[in-house]
Amino acid sequence: MTLLSVRDLTVKFAMRDQNLTALNKISFDLAKGERLGIVGESGAGKSITGFSLMKLLSHPGFIDSGQILLEGEDLIELSDARMRAIRGNRMAMIFQDPMVTLNPVLTIGQQMVETLRAHRKLSESDAKQISIVKLREVYIPSPEERLDQYPHELSGGMRQRIVIAIALLLDPQLIIADEPTTALDVTIQADIMDLLLELCQSNKVGLILITHDLGVVSQMTERLLVMYAGKIIEAGRTREIINDPQHPYTQGLINALPQQTEPGRPLKQIPGNMPSLSAIPTGCPFNPRCEYALDHCRTTPPEIVRYGNVEVACHEVSRLNAERSEEQGA
Amino acid sequence: MSNLSESHPPSFWTRIWESNIGYSFRSNPVAVASLMIFIVIVLMAVFAPLIAPFDPYDPAQIDIMNSEYPPVWIDGSDPKFLFGTDDQGRDLWSTILYGTRLSLLIGLCAVALQAFLGITIGLLAGYIGGRLDSLLMRLADIQLSFSTLMVAIIFLAVTQAMFGSETFNQYAIYFLIVVIGVAEWPQYARTVRATVLAEKKKEYVDGARVLGFGPMRIMVRHILPNSLSPIFVISTVQVANAIISEASLSFLGLGMPPSQPSLGSLISSGFDYIFSGSWWITAIPGVVLVILVLVINLLGDWMRDVLNPRLHKG
Repeated sequence: MTLLSVRDLTVKFAMRDQNLTALNKISFDLAKGERLGIVGESGAGKSITGFSLMKLLSHPGFIDSGQILLEGEDLIELSDARMRAIRGNRMAMIFQDPMVTLNPVLTIGQQMVETLRAHRKLSESDAKQISIVKLREVYIPSPEERLDQYPHELSGGMRQRIVIAIALLLDPQLIIADEPTTALDVTIQADIMDLLLELCQSNKVGLILITHDLGVVSQMTERLLVMYAGKIIEAGRTREIINDPQHPYTQGLINALPQQTEPGRPLKQIPGNMPSLSAIPTGCPFNPRCEYALDHCRTTPPEIVRYGNVEVACHEVSRLNAERSEEQGA
Repeated sequence: MSNLSESHPPSFWTRIWESNIGYSFRSNPVAVASLMIFIVIVLMAVFAPLIAPFDPYDPAQIDIMNSEYPPVWIDGSDPKFLFGTDDQGRDLWSTILYGTRLSLLIGLCAVALQAFLGITIGLLAGYIGGRLDSLLMRLADIQLSFSTLMVAIIFLAVTQAMFGSETFNQYAIYFLIVVIGVAEWPQYARTVRATVLAEKKKEYVDGARVLGFGPMRIMVRHILPNSLSPIFVISTVQVANAIISEASLSFLGLGMPPSQPSLGSLISSGFDYIFSGSWWITAIPGVVLVILVLVINLLGDWMRDVLNPRLHKG
């Protein structure tokens, strides 16, 4: 059963004399309760994808074309008021830095009660009861006392738990988590991720996890999208992509992990940088950084095609795969 | 941990007293003295009918034969009249109490009006932005290019001519509040707009939008409370300014009538007698006005230092 289905989503930024394409015909599906990871370097369009799904792109960004179907209903067609009823209620979003996503002048309780009462007809005390239950679900100790505290009185990990509790308040079907642990201490990162995984599994909530951390993605998600310069270049089951990446960019990302390098050797980074939106190369956007690029890679953009168990946008995928098998065989 | 949480939560006032602001206040003698003087003045103004020995609005209690008695510490005074009497024989002390009351009332109401207009316009301009922002801010520029006093003088002179002196005097207090309130809204609007522009880029605003809150709720409940510190600071300055504006207008004869004098009209009415030796009719209300404005400004200064985020970003 499909929860979310994105079809040819194109997002542009209106600049002074031209429109820059930030997302180029993104398509993917998310089943109910499925966990999807989106990875890519900075500037690949991961966060813009998250904001577009919520229809919260701010000027100068706008959705140019495509469909975002939430259980068959196209969000792009919806009015602002209808969309507001969906945000927080059926789709929730968690941001990077819990230090700044909570309103500093309202207590935790006020923020939770306000969220609940904005979407449901509830009395103040009922809303408080639900908030306490949700705080307990995210393992906040003595939640009754927390309700009267301000965000600055709590630690970063505690705040991110509260952000997650607020996201879960209205039992959404989908949570979009945009780098939810990047701003946290390494020791707390794992806790938060475990918590998120547990809550998604027990409540059958769909998760879109936007991150640049391949390790996190492999633990947390079932399927994976790899993005580059506003396009999806590889999509498939997380385990298969991590174990056997097909696109040269995905291979580069995985090879760049510190674990892939012997101690004392320099990290195997991908040469060059992500192109800026105003200067996306013709043909395959990755071609200037790709060591396997041929002439037609520089002229014709590759279509996303099924290859084995994954979908990949690379002209040379079968040749590269064959070469790799030969190397391994030799 | 358990013995820590056993202590019951401190009350609202204790929390303020123990906060950074409370500490900064306690350790600043100027602020403490200013606040105390301000509170005394406010209390005297509020309880004027109880404190004042005479009712300056009651013609039956005014005797023209008592006019121009000097204050009690000068020869030839009448011990009934602490600060002497004015040209109509009113007790100056009572009149000052009632006048301070009017001045404070007009100042506070005018600032409330300014704040209401300015905050509304500033929030809309800052949050919605675009054309509305340009339009409202150009209006503010136009408003600011006229000096407050000039606008007020023209407006009050025209209304005085239109309604006649009698009706004007009856409603003078409302006219003053409106004209001072309307003339100074851009101060608020600009400050609020600037703060809103900074606040709306913060992530808690995105967080609120993600939770499905509408623009009104985000503006009023989320952005406005986070923009309060500059509003507090300009409010103190604006109260002082409004009191001065009122006094100036009354001094020019465009404000409160002599039968119902504010501090400004008292100073003005005494001004005619200053060269005949009755200096106290002008000087004593003048001193009260100066002290009132000074303590408000000193409090504003202190507040600006405390609430300035650049001075204590932790």
